[in-house]
Amino acid sequence: MTDRYTITAMVENRPGVLNRVVSIFRRPGLNLDSLTVGRTERPDVGRMTVVLEGTKRDAAHVERELRKLIHVIKVEDVNGTPHVCRDLALIKVKATQDTRSQILQMCGHYPARVVDVAMKSVLIEIAGEEHEIDGLTKLLQPFGIIEMVRAGVVAMGRAEHILDTHREQSSWAERRLRFSKAS
Amino acid sequence: MEMTGAEIVWESLMREGVDLVFGYPGGANLPIYDALSKYPQIHHVLPRHEQGAAHMADGYARATGKVGVAMATSGPGATNLVTGLATAMLDSSPIVCLTGQVPTPAIGYNAFQEADITGITLPITKHNYLVTSVDELAFSIREAFYIARSGRPGPVLIDLPKDVQTGVTDFQYPTDPIRLPGYRPVPAAMPQQIEEAQKLIRSAERPVILAGRGVLLSGACDEVVGIAEHTDTPVGLTLLGKGCFPENHPLCLGMMGMHGAGEANHAVQEADLLLAFGMRFDDRVTGNIATYAPKARKIHIDIDPSEINKSVEVDVGIAGDLKETLDLLQDGLEPLEHTPWLERIATWRAESTDRELLNQILDSPVLKAAEVVHDLWKLTGGEAITVTDVGQHQMWVAQYYEHSQRHALITSGGMGTMGFGLPAGIGAAMGRPDDDVWVVAGDGGFQMTMAELATAMQEKVNIKIALINNGYLGMVRQWQELFYEKRYNATPMLSPDFCALAAAFGVPAVRVEERGQIEPAVRRASAHDGGPFLIEFVVEQHDVVFPMVPAGADLHDMIRRPMNAHNQPKEN
Repeated sequence: MTDRYTITAMVENRPGVLNRVVSIFRRPGLNLDSLTVGRTERPDVGRMTVVLEGTKRDAAHVERELRKLIHVIKVEDVNGTPHVCRDLALIKVKATQDTRSQILQMCGHYPARVVDVAMKSVLIEIAGEEHEIDGLTKLLQPFGIIEMVRAGVVAMGRAEHILDTHREQSSWAERRLRFSKAS
Repeated sequence: MEMTGAEIVWESLMREGVDLVFGYPGGANLPIYDALSKYPQIHHVLPRHEQGAAHMADGYARATGKVGVAMATSGPGATNLVTGLATAMLDSSPIVCLTGQVPTPAIGYNAFQEADITGITLPITKHNYLVTSVDELAFSIREAFYIARSGRPGPVLIDLPKDVQTGVTDFQYPTDPIRLPGYRPVPAAMPQQIEEAQKLIRSAERPVILAGRGVLLSGACDEVVGIAEHTDTPVGLTLLGKGCFPENHPLCLGMMGMHGAGEANHAVQEADLLLAFGMRFDDRVTGNIATYAPKARKIHIDIDPSEINKSVEVDVGIAGDLKETLDLLQDGLEPLEHTPWLERIATWRAESTDRELLNQILDSPVLKAAEVVHDLWKLTGGEAITVTDVGQHQMWVAQYYEHSQRHALITSGGMGTMGFGLPAGIGAAMGRPDDDVWVVAGDGGFQMTMAELATAMQEKVNIKIALINNGYLGMVRQWQELFYEKRYNATPMLSPDFCALAAAFGVPAVRVEERGQIEPAVRRASAHDGGPFLIEFVVEQHDVVFPMVPAGADLHDMIRRPMNAHNQPKEN
């Protein structure tokens, strides 16, 4: 039985890390539903959120192999803990004099706002849970979606559910810092 | 002190204790080779193929416990290392491979002899590096050695663009502690887990210890003997665990798995407790995982947390160093006795004896590979380092060469790499020049890397080669015989005259075709000094390794050797 698993990982911010992570999914032919990578409050640490469509065994395998990677600092499957998930999408939808107000009204019911208005279209930004984005997309479909992009899911545990409190810097990052100061 | 990248490579290697390197020069690593003349302390060995370099480094590492080093140039040189890296990866062997690479501005542009070797080797190395600045060089080499040898060992590749080799920087070998926040090579067992494990051990009536290569890597052989004797628990071995527990010990069950001893497999299937020490429940050890050891609770101790609950769900999984963990485990355990269980195992053992090939061979006019191995074991006093290739002969070595010495069987277990034997044997012999090293290879695997005979001659390496020639890719032929209705497609093999071939390399060789010739030939080989010696054993063509658990079958569902095999002439 397949399910959706959201896994967050704290990784060293250095070249090749993303490739190593993705390779774990590629090897057994697993499909990545969503993958986001971004910086954190620390320059030497990045954070990834991975959404996997697969079996429980697949999710366990991915978690295990992620932990094995030398540049991966911490891994957690957030599904078991209280957490917040967010995705962001930009949706360009056809709009005429007649339909524009209707579209704007719909957006009011979602965590969405219009970020650009043109003669024949509006550009909507929505940031929320995946089902909210799916919901608005469905509503906008009849008007004609011209193009759409999703940023991918980011996730974070609530309150004391913290991915990692690790504060040690890698030798590599420390050297980088020293070299950049010297030059 | 100002140095070029090429000099830094050698300086760093020496600081990691390296005095022997197996490597092949080429356009993209010439600066490194040019600088070699300044370092006469380093002995460089030229293989005849880069795959040989990787296997030699691997054999050296397995024989010595030190990190083996291989070098190759960019492109085809680097890709030729791939099989060697994968082999080292699956058997947790610490090697460091340094590859030349095209200059950094040309990387990614399909330059001459450019291959994305860090991309290619990503899934078959423990870790790899592309060094993009000479300032990162010493640092990367140091980290590479640390990763290769710490925790669960494994291969590490360092890719060195030519401009990094020629670049100049101030060289200082780093001495500060290596910090890798995502790498905890040696996890520690928790006291609660130890207590749970002890509880299971106390209540078990039919326990079995499964000992793997982790026992050897952790240096926990004495501890395993200690706990086995203390708790009166029989010990089954994995292929790579051979040598960690004396095979002449009354508690030793021999090898488990696909070609394991009948008593070992029956014991595992009937056990009520498995104690898995430094092994990973490979499919060749477990057979059908759904019916594996169905009555047993399971305790698994391994240094690599990712192995716990991977293939087999366990009751107590302890991630930690085996030696330390076993010390904790035995502490507070009262001596136990399992006489009824051991008596039951003895009945399975008696059946194996009834079917024993060695009791049947006297009627056979043709030499059997198993008796060759058995005689080799006797004639070398069981004390040779045996390095095997892959196939039937490998399993006969596992069954008939009793290893009671540690680190004395070197074989490609996880990867099953044909062609491993000869180069790995050269590496092992160079690492342990005072020991007797026997390479046992089949006619198939030997021909994959036999060019390394030239390397062995050039280096005057003292290896003895027992070439078991049955005119077939024997293990594949065995599968065809048993599971593909004897359609022997692509397995019969026409080989060169191996003795003449050896002579062309300058290697003395003899051919053995009769029983009486075995001993004199082995004695002659043993007495030979100052270079390789080859014996070609011409053996029965249609022999089968028994017992055999068909792939995916239940572990107790073994195909056994017929009781009366010696009376029935083979049909084919």
